[in-house]
Amino acid sequence: MASNLEIGLMVFMLATFVGLEVIRKVSPLLHTPLMSLTNAISAISVVGAILVISNQEATTFSKVLGFIAITAAVTNIVSGFLITDRMLKMFKKREEKR
Amino acid sequence: MDSLVSYIYIISGALFILSLKWMNSPASARRGVFAGEAGMLLAIGGTLIGHHQNWEWILAAFFIGTAVGVPIAYIMPMTAVPQRTAMSHACGALAAALVGTAEFYQRQAHADTDLPAFVMVALVIETLLGFLTFTGSLMAMGKLQEILPSRPMTYKNQNLINAVLFAIALALGIRLILVPTDTILFPIFAGLSLVFGVLLILPIGGADMPTVIALLNSYAGLSACAMGFVLGNQLLVIAGALDGSSGLILSIIMCKAMNRSFTNVLFGAFGQIQTSAVATEQRAYRSASAEEAASVLEAASSVIIVPGYGLAVAQAQHKIRELFDSLMKRGIDVKFAIHPVAGRMPGHMNVLLAEADIPYDRLVEMDDINGEFPQCDVALVIGANDVTNPSARTDKNSPIYGMPILDVDKARTVMVIKRSMSPGFAGIDNDLYYMDKTLMLFGDAKAFVSEIVKELPARVGA
Repeated sequence: MASNLEIGLMVFMLATFVGLEVIRKVSPLLHTPLMSLTNAISAISVVGAILVISNQEATTFSKVLGFIAITAAVTNIVSGFLITDRMLKMFKKREEKR
Repeated sequence: MDSLVSYIYIISGALFILSLKWMNSPASARRGVFAGEAGMLLAIGGTLIGHHQNWEWILAAFFIGTAVGVPIAYIMPMTAVPQRTAMSHACGALAAALVGTAEFYQRQAHADTDLPAFVMVALVIETLLGFLTFTGSLMAMGKLQEILPSRPMTYKNQNLINAVLFAIALALGIRLILVPTDTILFPIFAGLSLVFGVLLILPIGGADMPTVIALLNSYAGLSACAMGFVLGNQLLVIAGALDGSSGLILSIIMCKAMNRSFTNVLFGAFGQIQTSAVATEQRAYRSASAEEAASVLEAASSVIIVPGYGLAVAQAQHKIRELFDSLMKRGIDVKFAIHPVAGRMPGHMNVLLAEADIPYDRLVEMDDINGEFPQCDVALVIGANDVTNPSARTDKNSPIYGMPILDVDKARTVMVIKRSMSPGFAGIDNDLYYMDKTLMLFGDAKAFVSEIVKELPARVGA
């Protein structure tokens, strides 16, 4: 029976290879939006922060830490996705112009 | 209920992968953002299904985060995108580090079952990377915003002090892994990680910022990934690994583009080599006026513009667009040659030019355009310096020897818009400026380009 650790390592290994393959194909044209997009995605740590706050045994200390963490992560999610879209809207081909 | 949440996480993970896959071309990239947003909404919604105790705290934090995030996204000028990116690395890393800290203390009550060695290993990695990326990114942001001096800050035995500090932090981390109940060590460990983040970025100069930002991106991702191991949450592992590998690839690309190794960027301050290489004699060069430049451009049938960060500093993007339009209307083929390190972060120059409405099919990467320089009539260099220096190919003593460059010197005519003959950012003299076919155009990039544009229509009827 595989433990949590082994499953985690397997997922990590596969996700890293998928990541390397997928990112390698991203056009250098879009490296800046790519970075702000992955930034927003890595704010998935908001999930961990929600788990910390909603724990029944949560102390005030861990609630405060969780609160700051959610705020920081949500700032990243919102500004990351929005600014990526704002940048991508600027990339136009010639035909679309005037 | 738990299995429903697991299925939601699986869909969310797939959406994140699709999101990055769709970033491979500008045509599908906005769909990629949408997939990312959907994945994130699912992940948050799925988590809230089973965990909504203390919801008023969660709601308040969401509200504040949104209220801060929306204005940042819309107000931030495109030249400031590197700073924003550094700031969001800091936020992401802080979130991961704080969650790790909270988990560490919360699990103390059942330390023997809740904090086994592998969880502690992940937790130590999560908090170490999280805290050092937090302060490191703030430092990077300060340097990019020029609140802090952007030149490398060095002092005696810098690497030794950093190494000792890191070794102590690591030793404390290992001690915590072995004895998780030793809570008194944790604040010291966290503090050392924070200090180490500052010290790591101090000696890094402005020219290396693109690499460092990409590297910090990778650390922030790996920190989130380690959190996934602590919580036994596969979705966090996936998203963190995607971010980590993305940052890694970008920093490798940046290193290659500057012909430097990771260790060299992080531990060898760029500033020390060059001081010896100055003291050059006066050499002859040719300069030209805007009128002459306009007539050279008009006579050309193909023009390659080589933009550097100096262009963005002078806010010349929109004037360049006017020049681009004016030349294209005359049937002249105009392309932009983009060096990978042009700008302050990977791909920055493309965003700046796209903002000025220059169509992206005219922005060509270094490897694709280098073959075109020999057939090109005019290469117009604006605000770029070291990336055009032919001594990177020929002079083994040059500090930039071996760095891949744009082969501007192979064009039939070269024109360089520059404020003066003084050597650029890295303090290296550029042989390009002294070639017979090079015309130096002295002045502010924005003012000079608009003068050229003004000269052009006057000639159309003549």
